[in-house]
Amino acid sequence: MHWLRKNLLGIIAILVLVYLFIPIAVIMVLSFNKPQGKFNLSWNQFSTDAWTNLCGVPGVCSSFVKSIEIGIIATLIATALGTMVAFALVRYRFKGRSTTNLLIFMPMATPEVVMGASLLALFLNLRFPLGEVTVLIAHIMFIISFVVVTVKARLQGMDPRIEEAARDLYADPRAVFRYVTFPLVLPGILGAALLGFSLSFDDFIISYFNAGTLVTFPIYIWGAAQRGIPVQVNALATIVFLVALSIVLIGQFVSYRRRKSLESVPIIDDEALTSVDALSRS
Amino acid sequence: MAASPGNLDVQDLHLQGLTKRFGDFVAVDNLDLTIPAGSFFALLGASGCGKTTTLRMVAGLEDPTEGTISLGDADITKLRAFERPVNTVFQSYALFPHLDIFENVAFGLRRRGIKDVQKQVEDMLELVELSTMARRKPSQLSGGQQQRVAVARALINHPGVLLLDEPLGALDLKLRRQMQIELKRIQDEVGTTFVHVTHDQEEAMTMADTVAVMNAGRIEQMGHPADIYELPRTVFVANFLGQSNLIAGKRTGVSGDDVVVEARGLTFLVPSDRCSCTTEDMIVGVRPEKLTILDKADEGQVPEGHNRVPGRVTDVSYTGVSTQYLVDTPWGQELGVFEQNVVVGDRCDVGDEVVLHWAPAHTFGLDGSAGATAGSELED
Repeated sequence: MHWLRKNLLGIIAILVLVYLFIPIAVIMVLSFNKPQGKFNLSWNQFSTDAWTNLCGVPGVCSSFVKSIEIGIIATLIATALGTMVAFALVRYRFKGRSTTNLLIFMPMATPEVVMGASLLALFLNLRFPLGEVTVLIAHIMFIISFVVVTVKARLQGMDPRIEEAARDLYADPRAVFRYVTFPLVLPGILGAALLGFSLSFDDFIISYFNAGTLVTFPIYIWGAAQRGIPVQVNALATIVFLVALSIVLIGQFVSYRRRKSLESVPIIDDEALTSVDALSRS
Repeated sequence: MAASPGNLDVQDLHLQGLTKRFGDFVAVDNLDLTIPAGSFFALLGASGCGKTTTLRMVAGLEDPTEGTISLGDADITKLRAFERPVNTVFQSYALFPHLDIFENVAFGLRRRGIKDVQKQVEDMLELVELSTMARRKPSQLSGGQQQRVAVARALINHPGVLLLDEPLGALDLKLRRQMQIELKRIQDEVGTTFVHVTHDQEEAMTMADTVAVMNAGRIEQMGHPADIYELPRTVFVANFLGQSNLIAGKRTGVSGDDVVVEARGLTFLVPSDRCSCTTEDMIVGVRPEKLTILDKADEGQVPEGHNRVPGRVTDVSYTGVSTQYLVDTPWGQELGVFEQNVVVGDRCDVGDEVVLHWAPAHTFGLDGSAGATAGSELED
């Protein structure tokens, strides 16, 4: 009883983690399965077929590549546009600025079904053919909001005196941007791009409304789920998960290293006091 | 010291009719000022007095509404910040967090297209005693070290004028003292004009050879620290720079070289050349350390011709070096007295009836039409 009380918090934490990771673990494990029948739902026999023959099922790889392609294009365009919007909103005072500030949040707040449906209505009314272009337009639209919010926060957190110092030190406006502003905002932009890509890659609802005959990876899985999802999907999902995980781990590692190097370098005070202090303590 | 940029073309900085308005608010009001080449000049004032705005206009970070700024004969008013031969040490330093110390210091040289920066940067880091820190990031340095990087980063460009905006504000007291000495040493070594903005009167007095006291966008008084302290010309300066005992009265006549002032039934003598007033209303001022405190019974010892005020001691604080008294006058004003603790024992106690006296030569006379309190609440 005493033991339980002492370790209750730890046990609950482990249970929550288990709860979070069981679905992912199941997906990973089943990627090594050789299912009996159409549905890959229960363990039958160990096999690496799906891994050695990733594109073995028609449509899996083409939809996967298509999703990555759409993700990259949408992210690049949305990040460029969103970064410019963020700079405009933070750095300039213009008519309609606060309205823009408000409207930029709308795509984040609107339910995806509503956005998907209304975009579809728009494209149909314009007689715009559905396909990759319409999906791209939709994705760019909602990614921009996230980019603006992230980059804006980064810009607002920057000490304006740092840019003034650059101007004071003979940097013309172009050089201020290139050597000071941009490098300082870059982590925010990269973070926004990463977020944007994963949102695009992941998006089903809005894409489904506006895809026409185009098949993205989520749309493929949706279709396949009716007939039995091929094991290759599990393998690809595992790959995506591992890539995402390694990005997170690399990020953690870099910031850990940076913290570590800060700690290992003692901040030497201008006074000899610190060393005197250290001597007296040893 | 190996590193001595030795700036030979240092020139006077002239501000003429310099004015800055933000809407209706006049931050800097028609300022005329010449800062001699090679001087250590302090602009002293409370926050919001316009000193930082003045500095920013000289740096080119703020456009003047009116007036001109020139360096020697060259008018630099219209030059943009990155075109001016003026560099700034910013409040809280504003070092580039993504660049190491070497690159921070090299920044100005690189922007001007100088390729071979190695030697200059090393010399400069040596001047500020940070040679071993070249490859650290600013966040890995202590406050005092960051401060010195900020100075090095500005000085390496051999500016005609170095501007320092509250450069020591972020440091603790002990480090601040040390950096005051350090900055003076660097200034002696490079010979550049330093213009130092501060709200700390002690800092201004210790470091600068000329202090300008600013208030409400104007310069109230300017001169050598000792001259300003010994002979303040306005009530604001008397109160803001150190402490003053100010007694309001009326000018009644002249006796020899002295102006005679009647106040609260007492008569005071103020040397005419220490009297900056034309009106009848006058304020008689004296610094607390110029006063001598005597027991009422010893009033006979007051030298002939001294100004004197009777009173009763209301507070005594012993601070080691000196004893500070507060003395209540018959008309209810409290006067401060600093007495050096030269003699052990024999101090006045609370409640003692005393006489304060001082030599007329230590008295100063001010224009009394604006009251006696300006600047007294602004003390840092």
